[in-house]
Amino acid sequence: MSNQFYPLFYSFHFYLFGLMALASSLMFVTRKSPVAAAMWLVATMFALAALYIMLDAQFVGVMQVLVYAGAIMVVFLFVVMLLNLGSPADLNDMRGKWGRLLAGFVGLALVAELMALTKSPLDLRLVLPAATDVPPTGGVIASIAAPMFKEYLLAFELTSVLLLAAIMGAVVLAKKTDAR
Amino acid sequence: MVHTFSLLLQVADSQLPPTTGVFVIASIIKMLVMFTLVMVTVAYTTFAERRISAWIQDRHGPNRVGPWGLFQVLADGVKNFMKEETYPADAHKVLFMLAPALAFVPAMLTWAVIPFASPLPTPWGRIDMVVADLPVGFLFTLAISSLGVYGLTLAGWSSNNKYALLGGLRASAQMVSYEIAMGMSTVCVLLLAGNVHLSEIITQQVTMGWNVLLLSVAFFLFIIAAFAETNRVPFDLPESESELVAGYHTEYSAMKFSMFPISEYANMITAGAMLSTLFLGGWDIPFTTWDNLPPFTVLKTLLTFGFFAAKVVFWLFFFIWIRWTLPRFRYDQLMSLGWKLMLPIALAYVALIATVVVVLDKAGIVRGHMFGLILFGINIVSVAALFFWLDRGRMVSPAYSRLNRAGVDQLRAVAPRRSTLKGPGA
Repeated sequence: MSNQFYPLFYSFHFYLFGLMALASSLMFVTRKSPVAAAMWLVATMFALAALYIMLDAQFVGVMQVLVYAGAIMVVFLFVVMLLNLGSPADLNDMRGKWGRLLAGFVGLALVAELMALTKSPLDLRLVLPAATDVPPTGGVIASIAAPMFKEYLLAFELTSVLLLAAIMGAVVLAKKTDAR
Repeated sequence: MVHTFSLLLQVADSQLPPTTGVFVIASIIKMLVMFTLVMVTVAYTTFAERRISAWIQDRHGPNRVGPWGLFQVLADGVKNFMKEETYPADAHKVLFMLAPALAFVPAMLTWAVIPFASPLPTPWGRIDMVVADLPVGFLFTLAISSLGVYGLTLAGWSSNNKYALLGGLRASAQMVSYEIAMGMSTVCVLLLAGNVHLSEIITQQVTMGWNVLLLSVAFFLFIIAAFAETNRVPFDLPESESELVAGYHTEYSAMKFSMFPISEYANMITAGAMLSTLFLGGWDIPFTTWDNLPPFTVLKTLLTFGFFAAKVVFWLFFFIWIRWTLPRFRYDQLMSLGWKLMLPIALAYVALIATVVVVLDKAGIVRGHMFGLILFGINIVSVAALFFWLDRGRMVSPAYSRLNRAGVDQLRAVAPRRSTLKGPGA
C-alpha cells in the first residue's frame, strides 16, 4: 500500500479537505446568524489544519486548532453572545447589488491572481533546499524553534514586545473607570 | 478475501514494527477497544460517584438494582433513552442538537494519543499500545481539550434561556482562562523531556524519576487547571445549580442531557490519564526498568496496563473526593485564582526550571538519576517556599491559635480605625 497507493490516498484527502475548507468558508460568509458563521469558520480552520498536517507540518496544524479554533474563536463567540445581536432574521449585513458585484469581482481577481501564481516560476528565495531528514532528537518542533531562536531572534523578540504592548493597552482600557 | 487477509497478516518478527496492513487492522482494533473501555469506565464512574458521595455523606447510595447496585448504570441508561426529548421555543435547532455531540467528541478524541501500556509483541509484529503515536501528541491533547468548550457554550446560547446563556458564557471564560495556566504549567514537563511526544515524556520519567517528584509546583497547577477544564467542583460555575438552575444544560432533557454528564466523566478520565502520563510516568512501573526494556512480552503489556489503569482510577477517585469535600468558588475568586495567582506562578516556575536545566546541561550532568536528584532538591525548596508564601501564617499559625502580646495589640490598634471609616453604613 505504501508505494502505489500513497499518491492516490494523498490526493483524495487533499481534495476532500480542500473542498471542505472551501465549502465551510462559503457557508461562513453567507450565514446571517453570527454564531452559525463563527462555527463555519471553525470548520474551515479544521480543514486547513488537516491540510497542514498532510504537508508534514504537524506543529502548524495543531497550532491552527489550538490557537484559532480553541482560543480566538471561543473569545469571538463570547463577544457575539454578549452583544446579543437579536434574532438572525432581522440581521442582514449583506450589501446591496453593487456591493455584491464588487465582492464578486474582487473574488475573481484573487482567483485569477492565484492561477497566475501557480503558472509562473517560483521565486528562488521561496524554494526550499532539498528535503533533509528530520533531526532525530527534538522531533518536529526543533525544526521550527531553531531558526526562530537563532536566525530570526530579533524579529521574534520585537513581536513579543508588540504583543506585550497590546496586552498592556487592553489592561489599561479595561481598568478605565468614569471619574467620580 | 482470504488471500488478501493472508497477505495483510504477514508473519513478522514480534519485536519489530508491523507492516502497513497489520498497522491499519491493529489501529482499528485499538480504537474499538479503547472506545468501549472508556465508555464502560464512564458508566461506572457515574456509579462510583454516587456510591462514594453516599459514603462521604454517610448515606447508602444506589444499592437496589443488581448486586451492590451495579446495574444501576443500565437502569439510568434505559431511563435516559425512554424519556421525552424537549425543544425550547426559539432554540437554534441545529446548534441545540449539535452541542451535546461537540461536548462529547473532544473528550474521547484525546484518548487517541495517550500511550496506555508497553508495546505488545504479536506474531505479526510489535504493536504500540497507543492508538495514534503522533509526534506532536502532547500539543494534540491541548488542542483537542481546548475544543470542549464549544459544546458547553453553544448549548448555553442555542437554548434561548438566560440562565443557560450565563452558564455558557461562564464556561467559555473559565476554560479559556485555565487553559493558559494549564499550558504554562506543562512547559516545564516539555523542557525536561525536550519533546512533545508523549512516549518520549514517559521515557524521560523512566530515566530521571517521575515528574510529580521533580516538578511538583507544575503538578499542582496542572491538577487545579484540570479541575477547571473538566468543570468539576470547585470549578462547576457553568452549572452552578444554586444560581443558574442547571447552567448551560438547563433546557436539555433525556439522552441529549445525558451526553453532558457523559462528556464530563469522559473528560475526567482523560484528565486522569494526562495527569498520569505527564507526572506519574504513564504506564511505567516504579522502582524497576524491567517493564521499559525490550524484549517486550504479553505479561509486561498486561502489567503496565494494570499500573496505568490503577493510576487513572486513583485520579477518578480524587476528582470525586474533591467534589464532595470543597464548596464552589465565587466567580471573581475563580478569575483571580487563574490570572493573578496560577499564571504568574507558572511563568516564574518555567523561568526557574529553564535556568536549572541550562545550568545542569552546561555543567555536563547527564540527564539521568543525578539530574533528577538535583531537580528533586530544588523542587523541595520551591514547594516549601511556595507553601509558606501562600500560607502566610494561615495554616502554620492560624487565626484561632494563641496570639502573642504584640499580635493582640496590633489587632486592637487596627480595630478603632476601621470604625471611623466614612461610608453609607457607618
